Amino acid sequence: MTESVLEAHDLAKSYGRGANRFDALKGVSLSINRGESLAIVGKSGSGKSTLMHLLALLDRPSSGRILLNGSDAASLAGATLNKARNQTFGFVFQQFFLMPNTSVLDNVILPLKIAGIGARTRKRQAMDALDALGLADKAKNNATDLSGGQKQRVVIARALVNNPSVIFADEPTGNLDSATGEVVEDILLDLNKERGITLVLVTHDPDLAERCDRSIHVRDGLIVTQEQYA
Amino acid sequence: MKFRDVIGTAIASTFRSKLRTTLTVIAIFIGAFTLTITSAIGTGVSSYINTQVASIGNPNVMTVTKTVAVTSTNSGPSKYDPSTSSSNTQGARQGFGNASAGVLTAMDISAIKATSGVLSVAPSIRLTPDYIQYGGNGKYVLTLSADAALTKADLASGAQLNDSSTANEIMLPTTYLTNLGFSSAKQAIGQTVAIGVTDYVGQQHVVNATVTGIQNETLFGAGASANTALTDILQQTEATGRPASVLTNYASATITFKNGSTPAQVTQLKKALTNEGYTGQTVADRLGTFETVINGIVGVLDAFAVIALIAAGFGIINTLLMSVQERTREIGLMKAMGMGGGRIYALFSLEVIFIGFLGSAIGALVAIVLGSVASRILSRRLLADLPGLHLLQFAPASIATIILVVMGIAFLAGTLPARRASRQNPIDALRYE
Repeated sequence: MTESVLEAHDLAKSYGRGANRFDALKGVSLSINRGESLAIVGKSGSGKSTLMHLLALLDRPSSGRILLNGSDAASLAGATLNKARNQTFGFVFQQFFLMPNTSVLDNVILPLKIAGIGARTRKRQAMDALDALGLADKAKNNATDLSGGQKQRVVIARALVNNPSVIFADEPTGNLDSATGEVVEDILLDLNKERGITLVLVTHDPDLAERCDRSIHVRDGLIVTQEQYA
Repeated sequence: MKFRDVIGTAIASTFRSKLRTTLTVIAIFIGAFTLTITSAIGTGVSSYINTQVASIGNPNVMTVTKTVAVTSTNSGPSKYDPSTSSSNTQGARQGFGNASAGVLTAMDISAIKATSGVLSVAPSIRLTPDYIQYGGNGKYVLTLSADAALTKADLASGAQLNDSSTANEIMLPTTYLTNLGFSSAKQAIGQTVAIGVTDYVGQQHVVNATVTGIQNETLFGAGASANTALTDILQQTEATGRPASVLTNYASATITFKNGSTPAQVTQLKKALTNEGYTGQTVADRLGTFETVINGIVGVLDAFAVIALIAAGFGIINTLLMSVQERTREIGLMKAMGMGGGRIYALFSLEVIFIGFLGSAIGALVAIVLGSVASRILSRRLLADLPGLHLLQFAPASIATIILVVMGIAFLAGTLPARRASRQNPIDALRYE
């Protein structure tokens, strides 16, 4: 018996108007179960990132519906939407998006600060998250001075720190060499297995997709194949 | 995000790009510095003028002179009229300096007294003593202020003159002390000085007087002043041997009118005096021109400061726009993590307000330090002739106002960029390369 965290019904998204109109997604339906790991695979420009952004409620679909924990995400607005983003999702980006000239600890603390958690609690939680990723000794370092692999681990710690139910990872190994990339993959998949955090991975790497429970292949704004690995 | 955290984050952000913050702070600093200095000059000068006004007299006092046809430059001298100019030869001996005014006779005094609204008249007696001497320290020229009767002196030491006392009292300005041989203002109080007076037939007499007060030098009277008892005795001495046919004349008279009169009532009184052939001038009239000039200068300086601040305002807009551009991703990330637009707006606004605070507080502080030093040097050298004038005076209220106004300008300048930041779409911000 599995319940779905996120459901998409006939999602479509287009950019621009008239002759410049570009349909990034042309009707995608899928359901993501709690605790599973899903890979969204596709080439550049296939619409896979757009799909992820819609699922993460960072963007609004042109048509179609998204259900978060069974309720329509379109009904969420303002503070409720912000709260849902803050407490449900964690993000891992290819380009890291770490705040420059800011300590590793402060970067990890950011989501908790936004959530309005007190100074002492959030520091403890952030140190726990850094500890889990073996970065406790780097807490005071400037985030931009770290190596690529360390940066991505900081980003994962940041995604993890507010105990999200879903982590979205957009090409998490894209900027890393294969050895460090593999370490990051292991960390993400371990989090999925050990903590039961739903993982949505956007990648063009079929090998990484195969390590997930399931993968969907997106091309020209449509899901072309689905594969179940586990 | 809690509001306290928003403030903390905003302050931390200003220190993240130090060079940019520093440059903006410098721009604001210049404006705030100039404003603080000009406002201090305004405060210093007006407080000096207020002291002067207080030393010259009460608000219900007016100096009255006889109106004389003025010798204008393009029409040549006016026609001789025995009724207004009769005593001018006598007047020259009496020693008043205002050539455009005729003299007041006893008849004039009673006419002024009869004018409605005039409560009392005190004719100014112009005395010309020869010298003043303390102990055996030599004789020095003594100038006595004519209209000392109703003034309240700005005292350096001692007490005001007592007009109801029968003892001869004299008040000396601070500049007399060293020459006469007094070691300090305090030491001079209670000492007896000798005043030499020549009478009508050329014989010199000596009158003794006690120093009751030492007065700070003022803009309007650098001379000593005497109480009624001393004035009377000096006048009597001077008049010794004078033929009865020579009338006593006065250069001017001081009248008092009702305390708390409205400006309209004062104007009406002046008009009544004009109709009678006299000119009435209040203390405010005498200081008016002077104050207007000072206010004009301060106003121009203020305008420059405001221009500097407006320039700084555009600097702030530019800085913050760059900051928003540079931190597009950061804003997107914060939004993706569930930070509301209002909080982002608050974050950027507080950042710019903090920059405004830094610039204005540092500017005001430096202005106070430099201004105090400059003021001290100036009052010792360039402005040594105007004792009691501290050109720069820093009023806490006006400094607080300047800091608040600058913070307000900074906030206004930051509104546009902050709004732009708050309206960013998280996904556009994250895609931004």
